[in-house]
Amino acid sequence: MTLVSRDGEPRVKPVRRSVRRPGRLAAETAALLTAAVVAFPLYWMVLSAFKPAGEIESTEPRPWTLAPSLDSFRRVFGQQEFGRYFLNSVVVAVAVVVASALIAFLAATAVTRFRFRLRTTLLIMFLVAQMVPVEALTIPLFFVMRDLGQLNTLWSLILPHIAFSLPFAIWMLRGFVKGVPQALEEAAYIDGASRARFLWQILFPLVLPGLVATSVFSFISTWNDFLFAKSFIISDISQSTLPMALLVFYKPDEPDWGGVMAASTVMTIPVLVFFVLVQRRLVSGLGGAVKD
Amino acid sequence: MYLAPALVVLGGLLGYPIYQLGLISLFHYTQAQVSGGEATTFEGLGNYARLFGDEQFWQVLLATVVFAAACVVCTLAVGCALAVLLTRVRAVPRLALMLAGLGAWATPAVTGSTVWLFLFDADFGPVNRVLGLGDHSWTYGRFSAFLLVLLEVVWCSFPFVMVTVYAGIRAVPSEVLEAASLDGASQWRIWRSVLAPMLRPILVVVTIQSVIWDFKVFTQIYVMTGGGGIAGQNLVLNVYAYQQAFASSQYSLGAAIGVVMLLILLAVTLVYLRLLRRQGEEL
Repeated sequence: MTLVSRDGEPRVKPVRRSVRRPGRLAAETAALLTAAVVAFPLYWMVLSAFKPAGEIESTEPRPWTLAPSLDSFRRVFGQQEFGRYFLNSVVVAVAVVVASALIAFLAATAVTRFRFRLRTTLLIMFLVAQMVPVEALTIPLFFVMRDLGQLNTLWSLILPHIAFSLPFAIWMLRGFVKGVPQALEEAAYIDGASRARFLWQILFPLVLPGLVATSVFSFISTWNDFLFAKSFIISDISQSTLPMALLVFYKPDEPDWGGVMAASTVMTIPVLVFFVLVQRRLVSGLGGAVKD
Repeated sequence: MYLAPALVVLGGLLGYPIYQLGLISLFHYTQAQVSGGEATTFEGLGNYARLFGDEQFWQVLLATVVFAAACVVCTLAVGCALAVLLTRVRAVPRLALMLAGLGAWATPAVTGSTVWLFLFDADFGPVNRVLGLGDHSWTYGRFSAFLLVLLEVVWCSFPFVMVTVYAGIRAVPSEVLEAASLDGASQWRIWRSVLAPMLRPILVVVTIQSVIWDFKVFTQIYVMTGGGGIAGQNLVLNVYAYQQAFASSQYSLGAAIGVVMLLILLAVTLVYLRLLRRQGEEL
């Protein structure tokens, strides 16, 4: 069984609220302090993005700024085709998330609901596939993309990312599909539902929290990637993605910190928004995935 | 039938490249062969012999293992401790910690690396100022550069452990924990004797995931140490393979390193499967 109740909310038990705990004040202080430390780099990133150039390159860094400026952002957006890069990143990420969620859902259903020969072998293959170091496969993938004629197109980013996010997605979704009682399936068939109807109208909504959790992973890995973008988009710059735009500002000898921080902020915000939107479902989702 | 799309994609874009990777590692393959200027020659295990004879390879391998192990241990310790902490606080601090964690988790590796680099920057970073280190450079020394990358890796990967373990603890019946604390068990004792055994399946999953992720750390090392540090002192296998292939055009050598990594991670997977099977879980 999973932790997840019908409406996708976690079944939260009141955790010993009645018991008075002497150490609670200390615990809460520790929690808030840790939260502050963990959030500090992000705070500093946003802060530095708004600082005027003189303050960033100051040997007396201050944790505030009295003269916020948009100069760094202007430099970032003023960069040629920055909007284009942004759009490309969004297109690739959305395509990968949708495609890998659908494919993984079908595959996870197959490996949990049907018994067939080689099923265990297949599962182990999915697990092993997760271990494959992406970077090592850049070389052969480059040749594959060249042979397919897809170099310098967004397909050369979408296809490998679908392939790399699938194994983990299938492996995680398996637990969710398993958590849906077999009796439900039988009841649906008795009521005259077709197989497709059961799949999309009953099973799909039930495993949606799991799909959300796995989507987070495929979204992040796709959004973050700069290796494929760097290796497969070689001549047509208009097909490039955000991380490449960020690296323009980052030169090892003399980095433009203001530009780097502003570009980082722009790149991080969509992911943060995505995360906050799915936060509830993520917690219940992960709980469900690991508890068989 | 449901499997068909998954198998096509995985076969074409994962299986076939792995096969090619193995193939390339057996040939002599450099820039001349890529552009078609020279014919490829079969070398057998020659690339591997060169690799194993190279002292730098063993050094990198050792660094990779130690670095990954340190990352995994720190991530798990921090993640589990904070998960326990989350269960002991009220809603507001919990939300604060959760959001901060999600923020760190969500941060793309490239931006996380640059931000941490800036925090620890010798001239303009706040950390040196607060610690009073003057213009001490963190990326100069081998150890401190690895430490810096380790901090970034732990920062962005502990939330996964924290959230997962927290979700697991919530599933433990609260009566059990209450009984333990009524019996006078300390927090550490409750963790060791009650929670940890009950959470074992979850802990195995997060441990293995961490091992896999930390063993493959690429972006952080690549960005933060400028492609492997001074004279390659901060290389890990993944970056080493990439540098061999794309910086030195030694594609076949890079492929051979890739195969070695694949085999090591395969061994980890086998251990994982063993553990799963011992718990009696049916695949």
